[in-house]
Amino acid sequence: MIRLPLVLMFSALLFSAGVYGVLARRNAVMVLMAIELMLNAVNVNLVAFSSSLHQMSGQVFALFIIAVAAAEVGIGLAIVILLFRTRESINVDEVNLLKW
Amino acid sequence: MVNALASEGEVVYEATTNGVWFVEHAWVVVVLPLISSALILAFGKRTPGKGAVYGIAAVGAAFLFSVGLLWHFVEGGGPFEASIDWFTIGPLHLELGILVDGLTGIMLVVVTAVSLCVHVYSLGYMHGDERFTWFYVVLSLFTAAMLTVVVSNNLIQLLVGWEVMGVCSYLLIGHWWEVKENSDAAIKAFITTRIGDVPFMFGIFLLIAVSGFTTTNITEIAHEIGLGGVSPLYISMAAILLFGGTVGKSAQFPLHVWLPDAMAGPTPVSALIHAATMVAAGVYLIGRLFEIFLLADHWVLTTVSIVAAITALGAALLAIVQNDIKRVLAYSTLSQLAYMVAGLSLGEVGLTAGFFHLFTHAFFKALLFLGAGSVIHAVHSNNMSDMGGLRKSMPITFWTMMIGSLALAGIFPLAGFWSKDELLVVAEEEHVLWLFGVFLLTAVITAFYTMRMVLLTFFGEYKGHAQPHESPRTMTAPLVALAAATIGVGLLGAPQLNAVFGQWVFFEAVHEAVFVPWIALLSTAGALLGLFAGYTLYKERKAQDPLQAPMGPMWNVLQQRYYIDAFYMRAIVVPVRDTWSGAVNWFNQTVIDGAVNGAALAARAMGQVVAWFDRTVIDGIVNGAGDTADRAGNVLKYLQTGNVQWYAVGLFVGVIALSVIFIRFV
Repeated sequence: MIRLPLVLMFSALLFSAGVYGVLARRNAVMVLMAIELMLNAVNVNLVAFSSSLHQMSGQVFALFIIAVAAAEVGIGLAIVILLFRTRESINVDEVNLLKW
Repeated sequence: MVNALASEGEVVYEATTNGVWFVEHAWVVVVLPLISSALILAFGKRTPGKGAVYGIAAVGAAFLFSVGLLWHFVEGGGPFEASIDWFTIGPLHLELGILVDGLTGIMLVVVTAVSLCVHVYSLGYMHGDERFTWFYVVLSLFTAAMLTVVVSNNLIQLLVGWEVMGVCSYLLIGHWWEVKENSDAAIKAFITTRIGDVPFMFGIFLLIAVSGFTTTNITEIAHEIGLGGVSPLYISMAAILLFGGTVGKSAQFPLHVWLPDAMAGPTPVSALIHAATMVAAGVYLIGRLFEIFLLADHWVLTTVSIVAAITALGAALLAIVQNDIKRVLAYSTLSQLAYMVAGLSLGEVGLTAGFFHLFTHAFFKALLFLGAGSVIHAVHSNNMSDMGGLRKSMPITFWTMMIGSLALAGIFPLAGFWSKDELLVVAEEEHVLWLFGVFLLTAVITAFYTMRMVLLTFFGEYKGHAQPHESPRTMTAPLVALAAATIGVGLLGAPQLNAVFGQWVFFEAVHEAVFVPWIALLSTAGALLGLFAGYTLYKERKAQDPLQAPMGPMWNVLQQRYYIDAFYMRAIVVPVRDTWSGAVNWFNQTVIDGAVNGAALAARAMGQVVAWFDRTVIDGIVNGAGDTADRAGNVLKYLQTGNVQWYAVGLFVGVIALSVIFIRFV
C-alpha cells in the first residue's frame, strides 16, 4: 500500500508539469498533451483519495474525466488540423488575431 | 342609436301605414348628408370626380327616404316623436330627437329635392373650380344642418342646426373670397343674421324657463303653455323674440339687407340656400312653434303681418329697378318669403296656405335661380344689360325659365297660381282686407318685374360679348326636373282636387280649402295686368330704362334700396367700427397682445436658463461617463494581446491568488 502523501506529491508534480507545458510550449499539439497531463494528475488524485477513503465515487469521476478528456482531445486535434491547413503553422503564439 | 331611437320612441298616434318605418327612422335623412360631408372632406380629393359623387348619392338617398316618409302622411298617418338622452345640466334635461309630422315630411322632401338638384347642377356650374371639393363639403353639411332643424323635437337641437346653417351660408357666400365684395357680403350676411339670432336665443331661453329649466322639448313646452299658467305678456315676449330669428334668417324688414348681397355666392348656393331652403327655415320656425304665436297677445301676429307686408311690397318694388338678374330674383325671394310669413300671421288657416306657398316657391324659385345661373354661365355676366336674345341659343334654359317665371307671376295652372290664390282666399276669409290688398298689389308688381326680367334676358338683341351656348346636361337636367315639379306641385293644393296638401300640413284640425272664383279671377287679372305692363314697357330695348324718367327721384330711392343699407353703414357700422371696434382693437393689440408677448418673452428667458443647465450640467454628466469609459478602455485594451497562453497565465495566477486568499484569510 503506497502512502497517500506520496501519491499526492506525484500528482502535484504531474499537474505542475502540465501547467508548464500549457504556458510555455508553442506547439499546439504539445499544449494539448500538457492539458492531458493536468487532467490525469487530477485522476491520480481522485483515485488516491478513493482508495484511502474507501469510497467508489472518486473512481467513477475518474472514469468520467477520461471520457471527457478523449472528446476534448478529439475536438482539439481537429482544430489543430484546420489551423495547420489555413496557416501552415501550429504555433499558438502566432494565432493572435483576436486582439485590440 | 338605431334601436334606442326606435324602442324609446313614443308613438303619439298609433299608425300602421306603409311609410311608418321611414317615419320612425327619420334621423337617417339627417345623418346621410352629414356622413357624405365627412366623406368628401376626408376622401374627396382622392376620389374620381373630386368627391361630388358622395354628396349626390347621399342626398339622392335622403330624397328617396323623404318621399317614403311623406307617403306615411299621404296615407293619413299621424305624427311621431322619439328621442334619446343627450346630456343633463342640473335639472335641465337635453335630448336628441325627431318630431315628424306632415309639415316635417313636406319640408324634408323640399329640402332634399332642391338639394339634390343643386348637387347635380353644381357638377356643371362649378366645373374646374379650385375649391370644388370644399364646395361639396359645405353643401352637404348645409343640407344636414337644414334637415336637423326640420326634424328637431327640441329647441337646442334646432338652434344647433340653425347656427350651422348660418356658418355654411357664410362659407358659401364667401366661396370666392379672393374678391373683396364677396367676403364683405359673407360677413354682412353672417352678422346681420346674428343680429336676428340674439333675440331668437333669448326667446328660446324664455320658453325653456317656462318649464322651470327642465326640458327643451317643443311639444312639452307647448303643452305647458297651453295649460294657461303663463302670463300672456310673457308668451308675447317669447314669440316676438323668436320672430327676431325669423326676421334675420328669412330676411324680413329691417334685417333683409343681407340677402341681395348674398348673391355674391355661386348661383347654385343662391338657389339652395338663399331661395329655397335656409331662408325658409325662419318661416318653418314660426310653423313649428305656432302654438306660442297663437297663444301670444294679438299684437304679436299683427306685428308679424306688418313686417311681412312692408317686406313683400318694398322688396317687390326694389326688384323692378335691378340690373343684376340674381338681384331681381333675390328681391323677389324677399317678397315671396314675406308672403309666407304674412300667411302664417293669419292664424291656423294661414299656416297651410303659407306653407303651401313655401312648398311651391321652393321649386320655382330654385328653378329660376338655376336658370339664371345657366344664363350667367353662358354670358359670363350677372347684368341683364349684357344679355338679351338668349332664347335661341339656350332653348332649354329659356323654356324652363319661362315656366318658372309664369309660376312666379301666378299664372294658371302653375304652382304659384294655386299657392298665391290660397293666401288671398285666407286673407279674405279672415277679413284682413289690407293684407289682401298688399298681396294683390305685390302680385301685380311681381308679374311686372318677372316680365321685365324675361324680356331683358331672353328677347331682343344680344348685348354681351361672350359666345352664349346651352349649358351642359348636368345643368339642364335639374332645370327640367324642377320645371316638371313646378307644373305638378301646384295641383297638390288645388281645391278642385281635394287640396291634399292641406290634409298633410295643418294645425290641430284640417281646414277645407275653398276655391273662390272671383278671387282667382282677380289674381289672374292682376298677374296679366302686370305682365302686360311689363311687356309694353320692355318689348323694345332702350338705352335707358323706360321707368327712369317718369319715376324721377323715386328711381334713385329704389336704386339706393331706400337708403337702408347706407343708413346702416353710416349709423351703425361706421360708428361701431370707428369707436368701439377701434377701442377693442387697441386693447387687443396692446394689452392682450402685450400680455401674450410678455408671457412668451418670459418663457423664452426661462427656456434659455434651462437650456444652459441642460447643455452643461446634464450633458456634462452624460458625456463625462462616456469619456471615462472610453479612456479606461483605451488603457485596458492592451491586456487583450490575442496570445492564448498569456490568458492562461492570468487564469492560473488568478486561481493561485484566490487560493491564497481563501486559505489565509477566510
